[in-house]
Amino acid sequence: MRLDGRFGAFGGAYVPEILMPALEQLEVAFLDAQEDEAFAAELGALLATYAGRPTPLTLCRNLGTDKARIYLKREDLLHGGAHKTNQVLGQALLARRMGKTRLIAETGAGQHGVATALAGALFGLETRIYMGAHDVERQKLNVFRMELMGAEVVPVESGQRGLKDAINEALRDWTASFADTHYLLGTVAGPHPFPLMVREYQRVIGREARAQILAAEGRLPDVAIAAVGGGSNAIGLFADFVDDEGVRLVGVEAAGKGLDGGEHGATLLRGRPGILHGSETYVLQDEHGQISESWSVSAGLDYPAVGPEHAFLKDSGRADYVGVTDREALDAFALLARSEGIICAFESAHALAHALKVADQVTEETIFVVNLSGRGDKDMEQAQRLLGALA
Amino acid sequence: MTARYAAMFHRLRQRGEGAFGAFVMLGDPDLETSARILDLLVDADADMIEVGIPFSDPVADGPTIQAAAERALSQGVTPSQCFTVLAAFRRRHPEVPVGILTYANIVSAPGRDAFYRAAAEAGVDSVLVADVPEMEAAPFVASAIGSGIAPVLIAAPNTPRRALARIARMGRGYTYCVARSGVTGAERAMELDHGALLGALAELGAPPAVLGFGISTPDHVRDALGAGAAGVISGSAIVKLVESGDLPAVSAFVGEMKAATRA
Repeated sequence: MRLDGRFGAFGGAYVPEILMPALEQLEVAFLDAQEDEAFAAELGALLATYAGRPTPLTLCRNLGTDKARIYLKREDLLHGGAHKTNQVLGQALLARRMGKTRLIAETGAGQHGVATALAGALFGLETRIYMGAHDVERQKLNVFRMELMGAEVVPVESGQRGLKDAINEALRDWTASFADTHYLLGTVAGPHPFPLMVREYQRVIGREARAQILAAEGRLPDVAIAAVGGGSNAIGLFADFVDDEGVRLVGVEAAGKGLDGGEHGATLLRGRPGILHGSETYVLQDEHGQISESWSVSAGLDYPAVGPEHAFLKDSGRADYVGVTDREALDAFALLARSEGIICAFESAHALAHALKVADQVTEETIFVVNLSGRGDKDMEQAQRLLGALA
Repeated sequence: MTARYAAMFHRLRQRGEGAFGAFVMLGDPDLETSARILDLLVDADADMIEVGIPFSDPVADGPTIQAAAERALSQGVTPSQCFTVLAAFRRRHPEVPVGILTYANIVSAPGRDAFYRAAAEAGVDSVLVADVPEMEAAPFVASAIGSGIAPVLIAAPNTPRRALARIARMGRGYTYCVARSGVTGAERAMELDHGALLGALAELGAPPAVLGFGISTPDHVRDALGAGAAGVISGSAIVKLVESGDLPAVSAFVGEMKAATRA
């Protein structure tokens, strides 16, 4: 490896030795492509003409207060329905550059699976998506989307039948298939170079948001807020604000049914450092090191580890991490629909819920940028069931 | 730390035999049966014993060993219970080399030093951590050696020469060579060219090469030893027999595999 893949004490590459050459090949391809203007031009053109970048920064007309202005970074409007498409296009170009003919990926809510499936169709790559059997049940529409675009969806029955188990299965596949297969990991977790590479491909979110808020307000925001499961939409928003000391960075974890019970996905708030899926990071685990079951109403936040850079941002104090419960997220989801005419993903509703909480308390003029990481179509069935009483 | 392995390899070399290592998951189907199975493996002439300490997310393992870990964890088996079983085994069998195969989070959860000390106190000779490659191995190796435990590292046919050189330098006891790509399991046979790997490890002065992954027939044993390996480890094939509950079949299998090391 050219780099050690560390974010302070976190990160690294904890994988079976047989995968190391595949990670090295990926690192070299990624670092070389970063220096290659033709690669940047092709990715830029895809983002603009295929995915629909730049995405707007929308000022909420009805949410917020006279002191609190809430801007939404509209990744929900990106092709594929979520921010996932940004980095999938980057990795798909790398896969082609490495001569790989097959893509594999894990998915939780299904958004990353959908993004990988569209890239597989676009580039003519055979695509297999591993998805926890439990998530297959609660995200049926996304399963159909993936299949419609030609991907094979494999329900994973092992372990807790969720995102964690889908990653295990994708890693197992890759240890046998790396010669012709690229593992298109969907977030800033996993072994080096994934956390670094995915951040660089998601950085476009914060880069655009920063320029857009400067144009709209003539100054930087006070707070940038994003939901954190694995953490890619949050890292994407944060990356270009990290050096702006005056911008508070807040990651919102799934507090599920409450932080004090066992049913949440609040890895940074309730986990401790450990090693999972190739990375040294915060992990929800028992005293013996067995990985705990996580919970969230949002499949995309239902993950017992987190990207190592978030672990570093937390320990260094640069970013703050808070929890939002299922209930609070659902309320924010419904409120956004009613107030602004926007139906967002359950994941993104966590970030918005925290923004609304803080906005109610500010006494000085405060500008919020909230990453609306995905749209809510995939959650309609669940929303109907959970919010039925409200209708 | 390496005395039992060294004595075993020396003894076998004089007899012109290769080493047969038998792997089982501790706590599968329960700890008491595990203890009995360990004795049975020794009685059936296994030269070295490898035991898994179950982990919830074993990414290097195929369905057979995953299921064994799940069975053990569903009974609430903990690492300290595993050490108790191993300490008792050590009292019954003072000479048989015993190695642990597990995952990084199991080693780091109590603190690396504490884990390796507990292993040493239980009379364990070596620890292999399946998801710690050479790049991340240094702190694990230092901690193991400091506690008197031999750190066993993995080498694969696609491991670059410069990494093999560090594996040769850091590893103790034996070198675990992966015979094929993919996860553990008896379902697929050996396929990668391990002849070149074994040659390179010998040249680099690595600890004796023991071939694992997909070793499920006497022919696999003869092929591996013929290619220059000092021994083999069979895991999934044994775990499958344990799963079926047919312990006499475990003895028979081990006896047959050991016989193939005497070719």
